[in-house]
Amino acid sequence: MATADISSAHPGDRAREPSFYAAHKGLKSWLFTLDHKRLGMMYLAATMLFFFVGGVAALILRTELLTPELDLVSATTYNKLFTVHGAVMVFLVIIPSVPGALGNFLLPLMLGAKDVAFPRLNLLSFWIYTLGAVFFLITLVTGSLDTGWTFYTPYSTSSGTAVISATFGAFVLGFSSILTGLNFLVTVHKMRAPGLTWNRLPLFVWAIYSTAVIQILATPVLAITLLLLIIERTLNIGIFDPAMGGDPVLYQHFFWFYSHPAVYIMILPGFGIISELIAVHSRKHIFGYKAIALSSIAIAIISFLVWGHHMFVSGQSELAGVVFSFLTFAVAVPTAIKVFSWVATLYKGSIAFNTPMLYALAFLFTFTIGGLTGIFLGALSVNVHLHDTYFVVAHFHYVMMGGTIIAFIGGIHHWWGKMTGRMFNETHGRWGCLLVFIGFNVTFFNQFIIGQQGMPRRYATYVPQFQQQHVLSTIGSYILGLGLLWTLIYLLRSLRSGAPAGDNPYGGASLEWDTQSPPIEHNFHGQPRVDADPYNFPQIDRSGGMDHH
Amino acid sequence: MLSMFLAPETEEAAKAAAGDAVAAAPTEVLTKTAPLETAHSWAMPTQASTFSESTDNLYFFIVALDVFFFALIIAAMGYFMWKYRRRSEDQKTSSITHNGKVEFLWSAIPAVLLVVIFAWAEIDWIKQSTPPPDAIDIRVTGRQWYWQVDYPDYPGVSLSSSTEEPLVTMIVPKGQPVRLIMTSEDVLHSFYIPAFRVKKDVIPGRYTTLWFEATRVGEFNIFCSEYCGDRHSAMAGVIKVLEPEMFEATLRDAGKLEQKGGESGADFGGRIYSRRGCVACHTLDGTPATGPSWKGLYGKSQVLASGETIVADDNYIKESILQPQAKIVAGYAGANMPSYQGQLDDKQITALIEFIKQQK
Repeated sequence: MATADISSAHPGDRAREPSFYAAHKGLKSWLFTLDHKRLGMMYLAATMLFFFVGGVAALILRTELLTPELDLVSATTYNKLFTVHGAVMVFLVIIPSVPGALGNFLLPLMLGAKDVAFPRLNLLSFWIYTLGAVFFLITLVTGSLDTGWTFYTPYSTSSGTAVISATFGAFVLGFSSILTGLNFLVTVHKMRAPGLTWNRLPLFVWAIYSTAVIQILATPVLAITLLLLIIERTLNIGIFDPAMGGDPVLYQHFFWFYSHPAVYIMILPGFGIISELIAVHSRKHIFGYKAIALSSIAIAIISFLVWGHHMFVSGQSELAGVVFSFLTFAVAVPTAIKVFSWVATLYKGSIAFNTPMLYALAFLFTFTIGGLTGIFLGALSVNVHLHDTYFVVAHFHYVMMGGTIIAFIGGIHHWWGKMTGRMFNETHGRWGCLLVFIGFNVTFFNQFIIGQQGMPRRYATYVPQFQQQHVLSTIGSYILGLGLLWTLIYLLRSLRSGAPAGDNPYGGASLEWDTQSPPIEHNFHGQPRVDADPYNFPQIDRSGGMDHH
Repeated sequence: MLSMFLAPETEEAAKAAAGDAVAAAPTEVLTKTAPLETAHSWAMPTQASTFSESTDNLYFFIVALDVFFFALIIAAMGYFMWKYRRRSEDQKTSSITHNGKVEFLWSAIPAVLLVVIFAWAEIDWIKQSTPPPDAIDIRVTGRQWYWQVDYPDYPGVSLSSSTEEPLVTMIVPKGQPVRLIMTSEDVLHSFYIPAFRVKKDVIPGRYTTLWFEATRVGEFNIFCSEYCGDRHSAMAGVIKVLEPEMFEATLRDAGKLEQKGGESGADFGGRIYSRRGCVACHTLDGTPATGPSWKGLYGKSQVLASGETIVADDNYIKESILQPQAKIVAGYAGANMPSYQGQLDDKQITALIEFIKQQK
């Protein structure tokens, strides 16, 4: 093993301690836990629950879109449904998913630490998230919000629906995000095991670290924006509403100044997962470690300077459009570097097609489409035609769902044994992955086509010429829904009947594989020490004399 | 499909009756449509403006590059997956960790190509942002949920997407640059003509412009592409492109107002009120604006600027429409109402008087 833990040189000799699940019992041991692993599992359960809610809303939408006319729900209900779908998926699922669930569980383990730097703050983050989420969800459902997840003014300030409470919910959720980011940032700086230099950090840690930086710097802007919106609505001070002397386009600047970096809050952790999955299941040193790590940082920085590409047709100045377009293309380069590096990692590897690896390969397929279609939208003149059409819908689903969610599901499978101590049924996993992959592509690929033909987004009804592709999309969404449900079922079943996972089912070389599955309460028996990087697998052929560091 | 199309007032009324924001007729058809615009179910929309071809050329250039790189990535991935699949547990793997030359190449080549795409798009974008000096102006007003289109060069001609029988919302001559000056009276909208590859947000409190030159005679869809509420997807219309010699006559004809069968005189008058611009200066709620309000006007005694007192009867109203400066009501001496002589016929004037009579 590349990473040496004094006490784990001979795992068989080591006394097994009870896992962190067995260390304490009862409801209170969960609700008031300071253990990052328990918090991670609770985030996992919460994001899965909200994913289900957002998914059901999506399936109702797709069913309505089977015909050009309204026949299942009213236009108002349709608008509420896409608002619920978008807002839940963005604020309650994608943003907290990877950092909240896998980040919490794995970060201290990967660093060889006992916990995060501020365990109490971590508990606070979780409770802020939970209260914010419950409040937000209740508002969405009972207050019948119909503004879309973007809350664009002046519709949002004139709409009779519960905009204030919903934005307040998003405001509260933002604080959870900031506190988690802060916690992770300090943890990475201060809690690394002896020998775990920055160049030896697993790429998942680099990704979580870059994400934390964006969370801390960008989320306050969302809070400010939402606060201004609340002030406008309650005190009638004209900020965004032209009827009171405000500027609706100013709101878009504020909103995207946060929400574009937020896109990278959503996707960077997914990148981190993919780096781990591809290296471990190929037993190959990741190709271009430094390029991947630094490209995350580059993306984090440039992501702050591209918000205007959401506003090419908003009436902002033409010069601003040109500058934002250029910077948008600049983000494409570090992203391309990552994709090429992942593919190159496969070269001369020993590739096992386990379920997590299948998800990683599916990610390479879908995320590459998501990234390449972004080029159309960054190109000014082409964007004018495609802006606010289904092309955009397809593009961001390929990035958010085909990128982050596919990576997240792959990550859940990869670390399932570590987190639960049980293995899921591998055959079931492969079938699930196939269903998800096919369903996803059937749902979204042809949306590029109706988008290029001019089908605008957020339409409850549409011109009949688009019906064929809408029907195909809806069929795809059912397959996708089925695949996800199937996955949820076999994962839950494995908790009772799954085979014991063992400490290191896939032969990983980073520190989390050096402890029990599930880990003990304090993670490691002794202080782990690190003398090599996390991709130094024993199968790597060193007879060629290649140097390692 | 058209006959099932409900005017906004009807749905508002239905909602109010149900006393619930969620209520709406589940089977109504909200979207109007122009004839099928594409030759194939997968093709781009018809190219109907001078921008269409250049936008599509860049679009397909990016498609070609994307397909090439995607095929390259997926082929490499597929080949490695097959070639380096795990055959035995002790299979050795390569110790390669990086390769400076390869990494430089795969950063530099995409960077160069991206700059090419950026520059190409930017050149087209500047063209799209610069209306030529000979463009004719058309004013577009977005309202929940219809477009109103006015022609400053043709006084009295006004089209709209929701209220009138011909679906035609905008008429333009072929081969003539047209500049749209747009604003919204409520929330954000976005004016989108897929066949022309043009789109611009329509914003309350300011004007945005967009220009195009149509290259093809025909009818093409107009969509609202910025979410604006319940009937967002119904905020559609049709733009009709005509040969230049047909343009003026057709426009005047389409802008013509005629009483429909079964329509009362007062209702027809109401349409004239909004279509012929009376609405701009005369309110219906008693608030004085540029001109006197029409509320309670009919039969009222009016003191004129000359000190004389008259009764606002049918003859006085007709005279005021045709010769506005003849008898000016006290306090409105500076108002410069244009004469509607030759703009409104007797039938329309009578309908307008009926409408004023109703404003009690």
